[in-house]
Amino acid sequence: MPRQTVVDAGWPLYEVFVRGKRGLNHVHAGSIRAADPADAIRRGSAVYTRRSEGVSVWVALASDVAASVPEEKESLFAPSGDKVFRHPTFYSIPDDVPHM
Amino acid sequence: MVEDEAGFEAVIARNDRIEPRDWMPDGYRKTLVRQIAQHAHSEVIGMQPEGAWIERAPSLRRKAILLAKVQDEAGHGLYLYSAAETLGVSRAQLVELLLAGKQKYSSIFNYPTPSYADVGTIGWLVDGAAICNQVPLCRTSYGPYGRAMIRICKEESFHQRQGYELLMTMMRGTDEQRSMVQESVNRFWWPSLMMFGPPDTESPNTARSMAWGIKRNTNDELRQRFVDMTVPQADALGVTLPDPALRWNAARGSYDFGEPDWSELKAVVSGDGPCNAERMAHRRRAHEDGAWVRAAAVAHAEADRG
Repeated sequence: MPRQTVVDAGWPLYEVFVRGKRGLNHVHAGSIRAADPADAIRRGSAVYTRRSEGVSVWVALASDVAASVPEEKESLFAPSGDKVFRHPTFYSIPDDVPHM
Repeated sequence: MVEDEAGFEAVIARNDRIEPRDWMPDGYRKTLVRQIAQHAHSEVIGMQPEGAWIERAPSLRRKAILLAKVQDEAGHGLYLYSAAETLGVSRAQLVELLLAGKQKYSSIFNYPTPSYADVGTIGWLVDGAAICNQVPLCRTSYGPYGRAMIRICKEESFHQRQGYELLMTMMRGTDEQRSMVQESVNRFWWPSLMMFGPPDTESPNTARSMAWGIKRNTNDELRQRFVDMTVPQADALGVTLPDPALRWNAARGSYDFGEPDWSELKAVVSGDGPCNAERMAHRRRAHEDGAWVRAAAVAHAEADRG
């Protein structure tokens, strides 16, 4: 059996979120196997911020992340498809009207 | 992470952002909670004046647009309550403070909307003033607030344009429609100017808020910016703004304008505006009427857990 499997046994999967700099949102960067949250932060930053990609890291157990399922795509996202009037460009304003 | 006052001051001094887990002065936290909550409440109460026109919109197109706009306001309220929650308060707490009359919302929503043209005027003037206020807040020193403002500003652009387009359409209509627009603009002009708050000389907290980077401009600066942006839009629309003192000042490169009636602002803020009681009664009723929905959601979640 490859050694890696033995090392990871029992280590849960964490999702890693990285903040590029102050003022920005944490954005999902990827996942990491780790023994506990503190370990996941250590490993997560080692893997995802080796080139100054971030100033802050969040981790969350992957099993705690609830996600939409592909079959729900229609009911969740389709309703906004035909609502073009939600976009500012739907309204024509003459070019000579400033600051609009 | 910022761990003490020196660290906090250093972040503020280099115009950087404070994030939720950073050390921050109590006054900074309290000011932000008050400002963000007031802003969130304004979005929620702000659904009422226009919401009243959804069922009476003159076409399916206008109805769909108005629904989408009011729905956005609800979303904006949620973004802002979430930003406030990063400061250690809960949404439920803030809602209670609003319902108890212990936190405020923007004075502008205490004015009535008796005419359909008001839907257009609110989009143009009220949302226009809100944009003037909110664009600089995208650079506010508190990260979660700034990020909420960025989302909101993107969406406000639709709000302002649909309003202006609505008014342009009415101005191309009959004499009666044109006078409806003018009448509505006459009612909303001064209250829109008051949205920026009291004059700088009577705004004791402004200096502190600006030193902390929470506010980026004074009330009077933003009010002037709004007037300068709006006058040419009024000209293009073909309406007059009800201020005899309004004129271009070439030396300043800005418009001079008259003094709003500050006693009116004081009265509206302290509860004596035309619709304060109605807005609060409606909000309380909506909150109480919605109690069964909140209870049902919890019951459903519990049933799912089995």
